[in-house]
Amino acid sequence: MSTKIGLRGKAWFQAFTGKNSPMAGDPGSVLTADAQLGEDMARFLCIVPNPGARFPCARRGEVGLEESYTLATRVREAIEQDKNGRKRPIVAIVDLKSQAYGRREETAAIFLACAAAADAYATARMKGHPVIALVMGNAISGGFLTHGYQANRILAFDDADVIIHAMHREAAARITLRTVAELDILGRKIALLSYDIHDYAKLGLLHKLLHVQDPDNPSKTTVSQVQKELIDAIADARAGTGDLSNRLTSEGAREMRKASLAARALMEEQWVKG
Amino acid sequence: MSYATVVPEFVLRQSFVELDARARAQSLMDADSWRELIGPFDRVESPWLPMQDIPPESDDGCIVLKGAIAGKPAVVIALEGKFQGGSMGEVSGAKMTAALDLAAKDSQNGKTTTAVLLLETGGVRLQEANLGLGVIAEVMASMLALREHAPVITVIAGTVGCFGGMAIAAALSSYILMTREARLGLNGPEVIEQESGIEEFDSSDRALIWAINGGEQRVGMGVADELVLDDAPTIAAALRRCLTTGLPQVHRSQQVQFYRECVAALDTLQQIDPFRLRKSWKQGTEGEVTR
Repeated sequence: MSTKIGLRGKAWFQAFTGKNSPMAGDPGSVLTADAQLGEDMARFLCIVPNPGARFPCARRGEVGLEESYTLATRVREAIEQDKNGRKRPIVAIVDLKSQAYGRREETAAIFLACAAAADAYATARMKGHPVIALVMGNAISGGFLTHGYQANRILAFDDADVIIHAMHREAAARITLRTVAELDILGRKIALLSYDIHDYAKLGLLHKLLHVQDPDNPSKTTVSQVQKELIDAIADARAGTGDLSNRLTSEGAREMRKASLAARALMEEQWVKG
Repeated sequence: MSYATVVPEFVLRQSFVELDARARAQSLMDADSWRELIGPFDRVESPWLPMQDIPPESDDGCIVLKGAIAGKPAVVIALEGKFQGGSMGEVSGAKMTAALDLAAKDSQNGKTTTAVLLLETGGVRLQEANLGLGVIAEVMASMLALREHAPVITVIAGTVGCFGGMAIAAALSSYILMTREARLGLNGPEVIEQESGIEEFDSSDRALIWAINGGEQRVGMGVADELVLDDAPTIAAALRRCLTTGLPQVHRSQQVQFYRECVAALDTLQQIDPFRLRKSWKQGTEGEVTR
């Protein structure tokens, strides 16, 4: 599966925008383009593998320093260009390995780079840009926090190769002192541990699961199908609040995040007392 | 000879690192100004840990105090590093997000309320994996919303440090205060060694870890604001200064162009000498230890 990382994202980026190369001055790992989406011109962003990247630990579709600052630059560029006009939708195509695990990255404060990108996406959202994350591959850990998790709405392909998680299977098993098999058994009982996108969908964080035929090879039919879903999600985001409250009010959240809702209600009650 | 000259200064210090999260939070607020919200007797616990035969904690390792600092409204949210490594679960995340949102609401209504985060955390609580990651995204969103109106100040004292997704959150703060003992980084040394090999990072090399992640380095290179001594009144005084200063003109995580150029200028053919970044990246004054 790891050999495919970013390839699906690239194929769909190309299908949506007709382009497959980075903007001038950007590293080969970040694709950005504006393209028509319904009535809107939308900005699409995608991380792709870049075997020739300057940073050796960010060559296989990881989100590293250059990727993060490029995302931040391109999202802020859209905010600036639209500051007096209609706020264009921003679509983060998510098919990435994870954050980059390197010493160079740590030395150069990759946590700040990730924050700069997340800040840009959240700022766009708060300023009224509909921000949509379209997850079609792996969305793991810091990589997803940097690219996608600040979106108003998260869409995901209903496909076995789509994984949204805090850490990849082997590492999570190691750190929680379990075998991978034990982790998978637990995942079947406890939805938040599962690597199955259907279980993730139960948590109420996801706006919608999309059933797409042959997701590795976008066709005319599936592209217009997904475009329509994006347009619907954009309309839904425009009609909603600019925050992430929908992740707590969704049907799934009311069932699976009872503890969050109880803590929140109690905090609101005690905050005003005294 | 006076008493003060006989007793060395470090003996008179009131260590902050040795305090638990609750006592840390209390030590930073104006005396008698605070009360704890969703305290341990409310028993709002993780529903997910008992399912995995792990004992929960009755505050889920997240302590919230509302009160005042330097006479100004403030909320202090402290993570307890001794419970599950300070990791973020559903409940601890919900407490933090709710408190940040209420501070934002008060601030918007004219009662500017600063949030202080005491972060001792490895990031996501892997036993609550996907909700752990989800709540960190929500904490980040709430910090950014509050930051439009009131400062968000992070204190990292040690000994756990601040790693994983919560390091990204920390970088959204208006100010970061660190001790020399504290560490700040995205991926812990063990994780890098595991993922990229011992040649990339030898996690047993303590000097290397502190040279990269340590408070002195992070302040020295300008990605954290102030290096503070491990002394509760000193940290409280540094915090009061941040409150008095108020919001910075530009937040660090907004300085995209500057840091993009810094990264572009790095020689990536070899490992980067952390010490050199103290000269090439630093924008303000030199990082001196605050006493």
